[in-house]
Amino acid sequence: MATIAPAASLPVIPLIKVKGLNHYYGPPPGGHLVLENVDLTLYQNEVVGLLGRSGSGKSTLLRSIAGLIHPRHGTVERVAGPDCPDPSVAMVFQTFALFPWLTVQENVELGLEAQKVPPEERRARALAAIDLIGLDGFENAYPKELSGGMRQRVGLARALVVNPSLLLMDEPFSALDVLTAETLRTDLLDLWSEGRMPIRSILIVTHNIEEAVQMCDRILVFSSNPGRVVAEIRVDIPRPRDRLDPPFRALVDDIYARMTARPDQVQPTRDGVFPGTGIAMVLPRVSTNTLAGLIEEVDGTPFNGKAGMAELAATLNFEVDDLFPMAETLQLLRFAELRGADLLLTPSARRYAQAGVDQRKAMFGEALLAHVPLAGHIRRILDERASHKAPARRFRDELEDHMSEDFADETLRTVTNWGRYAEIFTYHEDDDQFSLDDPQ
Amino acid sequence: MSPDKKPLPILPSFSRMLRLTRPSREDAMGFVILAGLALLVFRAGEGMVEPLSSLHLEPVTLDPAHLPYYALRTVLRMFAALLASTLFTLIVSTLAARSRRAGQIVVPALDILQSVPILGFLTFTVTFFMNLFPGNVLGAELASIFAIFTSQAWNMAFSFYQSLRNLPGDLEEVCEGFELSPLRRFLRLDLPYATPALVWNAMMSMSGGWFFVVASEAITLGNTTVTLPGIGSYLALAIAHQDFGAVGWAVGMMALVIVAYDQLFFRPIVAWADRFRFEQTAGTEAPQSWVYNLLRRTRVLPLLFVPLGAMLGLLLALEPRRFRRRAAEPRPANAVTERIWQASIWAGVVAALGWIGHYVLTSLGLHDILLAFGYAAITLVRVVVLIVLASAVWVPLGVTIGLRPRLAERVQPVAQFLAAFPANVLFPFAVMGIVRFGLLPDIWLSPLMILGTQWYILFNVIAGASSIPNDLREAASMFCVRGWQWWRQVALPGIFPYYITGALTASGGSWNASIVAEVVTWGSHRLEAHGLGAYIADATTAGHYPQVALGIAVMSLFVLGFNRMVWRPLYAFGERRLRLS
Repeated sequence: MATIAPAASLPVIPLIKVKGLNHYYGPPPGGHLVLENVDLTLYQNEVVGLLGRSGSGKSTLLRSIAGLIHPRHGTVERVAGPDCPDPSVAMVFQTFALFPWLTVQENVELGLEAQKVPPEERRARALAAIDLIGLDGFENAYPKELSGGMRQRVGLARALVVNPSLLLMDEPFSALDVLTAETLRTDLLDLWSEGRMPIRSILIVTHNIEEAVQMCDRILVFSSNPGRVVAEIRVDIPRPRDRLDPPFRALVDDIYARMTARPDQVQPTRDGVFPGTGIAMVLPRVSTNTLAGLIEEVDGTPFNGKAGMAELAATLNFEVDDLFPMAETLQLLRFAELRGADLLLTPSARRYAQAGVDQRKAMFGEALLAHVPLAGHIRRILDERASHKAPARRFRDELEDHMSEDFADETLRTVTNWGRYAEIFTYHEDDDQFSLDDPQ
Repeated sequence: MSPDKKPLPILPSFSRMLRLTRPSREDAMGFVILAGLALLVFRAGEGMVEPLSSLHLEPVTLDPAHLPYYALRTVLRMFAALLASTLFTLIVSTLAARSRRAGQIVVPALDILQSVPILGFLTFTVTFFMNLFPGNVLGAELASIFAIFTSQAWNMAFSFYQSLRNLPGDLEEVCEGFELSPLRRFLRLDLPYATPALVWNAMMSMSGGWFFVVASEAITLGNTTVTLPGIGSYLALAIAHQDFGAVGWAVGMMALVIVAYDQLFFRPIVAWADRFRFEQTAGTEAPQSWVYNLLRRTRVLPLLFVPLGAMLGLLLALEPRRFRRRAAEPRPANAVTERIWQASIWAGVVAALGWIGHYVLTSLGLHDILLAFGYAAITLVRVVVLIVLASAVWVPLGVTIGLRPRLAERVQPVAQFLAAFPANVLFPFAVMGIVRFGLLPDIWLSPLMILGTQWYILFNVIAGASSIPNDLREAASMFCVRGWQWWRQVALPGIFPYYITGALTASGGSWNASIVAEVVTWGSHRLEAHGLGAYIADATTAGHYPQVALGIAVMSLFVLGFNRMVWRPLYAFGERRLRLS
């Protein structure tokens, strides 16, 4: 452990205790389960990462801790400590959430104003926070005059100025370009390591595995649909951490492997990589072009049919949210297998990579009908009907019996795109109908 | 991020304002403008509270020398109405957006009120306000102001409500996270976010208000006629005396006033409100106003807002020290209360229906109802034909103009001015023509209905055409898309959502205008077309209140039905398929 890592030398004092959290979307009773039985204790002097894909409920958990959402079941307790009588939180948003009609200074002062801090003190504290975060000179600027990185600095200053015990960060760097994000991360880590921020702990939501490993002392990995903590990983790599360090790489690979592993892994490739079974399977929005691109990438050099997920993500500049749905779609279609942290192309996928356009479509169509129950279902109905037409409404209703309206919509849209590409059926937006492929 | 334009100096802070420096030229100009305005308001305000008898002592005359004073009185009425509409909007819409129950009543009510022909109301409201202040001009003034208010308030309130329902979620979370009190949140988030749409709507409503000024200043109540000094009553007198010169003076004065308040009032506000537009990028060109730029350089303007700021500051200071609301816990709706609430709404609806039915049926028969519907059908045909004709003229012209940015820049303000101009002023000329050539009123009075509202089609089409992306136009010309194919595949889909907005406004306005357009007088000449507008106008003149009520109800029904069955589906189609973004 390095000397500047705050977690090592200090006693373990709890700051926030989350117990038995369950949350649903939709009106009670019922609704769609997004968080299932989450227990979590945050301690002082640590940076904790919540890692998972979209839909894993990590943002919901963050908002529950922030007090913005009231979970259906379970409690969030702020533990008062000897030197921290009234633990408070402040949040940094992915979208920055700055008021465009307020200047940088006014934005930063917002929280103090709400606490009725006298104007003189407000001004002094805001200036100090602006200074700390490297924004001096921009006090009078409006957000629209700033670049993305500068805007997020304002968001950070606004959160820090109210002296929160816990800083909540909701994918704070994901709306920034790679270089800006890296600079901001490094600056934040420096401030943290040097103890220059008034906060006790940081809780950060991310879907970037490298970011999590770089920043956190502890990472909680979430599964999706419903969100559940599937792994807790301590990061003991000394700071400052180097991404090319072998231990760093090993940990990243390890996390990829854990995220591809299913808790109930009986068969290596089963239908249920996506939540739901049969036609009720929720399909992610992945375009056939990206799937083809991914197959070609893995088929070619240097991968030759087998690629580490971490390497792939780095090469293609993908985050977990982009890469996993693609890889799992390939797995669903039996074009690939996820083994550990590796993606292996099946022989049919390697044939696909070499095939021409029409052959590719045929192969994709076969896989679709064989392994995506919804696609088979739609095709079967169209075949059975004399008119070879069926209203999309009917399938949407069927899906909504099993999943939320949004998921049903997305799933149907995905299967429509796949079906159109494979030319196994087509869809007309005007009358909202599926039909067998018959270009007029 | 270096803006090309020379940045304006930022608004001086209060402490800097008080520093004793030599006043600048801008200071002097700003002071003169503001002091002049204050004097005018005071002068006109004096006239509003005199006893009613003073109207007979100083009746409205056609002497053009009095016209500026009349114009002043009219403008004051309009701004009083605008102020009232703004206050109404802030209170009612906020209530509707914050409270689900209030929303259940307010939103449909606003939706319907937007479609109710305002002119039909006058008779009822005048009686009410005159009785509030018997023997004083103020009663009649308030009645007139109320008439203008009803033409502005509903759509301003609706726009504000919609803004409040579409607040950016992350900013709401910031407010909640920092535990901003409701008032502070309103000032920091709700109000700024909704301001640009509100200002735009207020501007549009103000234009609409002119139409009613002309109709509401000379009020007939049974046998007595109250004539408030104003441009509207001046015009009414000029028409009664068949004085062309005086009509000309009134029209000129009106044009002057419209230009003046546009330049002195709305442009500066639009330029100021631009800062509240919710976009994070510095992109599109900001609206400019010379008055705003001038006032920004002075130290007078901020001083004006000091009292307002102090008042708000005091309000905020009086609030409880810390507003604590731990987590917006979805309160389980109390089933019993909820049911009682629903039941009382329905009871109210049924009671109102019964009361209206009783009122109408006791004084009117089935025959009257059928007659009203028959007349409504005639007016409907008129509106549809007129919209089609106006579209046939203005769509091609609007597209042609809109595709030439330089030309569009010049034509657009003219079209907006024409939309603001009260077309009823020009009716006498039409009467002259119809009488001279012995034309059929049933046909030739019709165009008057759309005279004032057709401009909405024009300037919306211009806006639509100028927003067709250049690359689409280049692609079209590259592939030699011309003639009908060009209209069918490029121009018409490109302007469709805009056109629908314009046509919807024009059709609603035409219904309203029918009340004054289907019966027109010029001195002793009186022309009448068959239609619901004439039905309402005649009933009003004759004092048959049940018939007026019936006419208004039927017209509201038709407007509402037309909006629901024709415009909304078209609008939804345009949004779904043809929105270019």
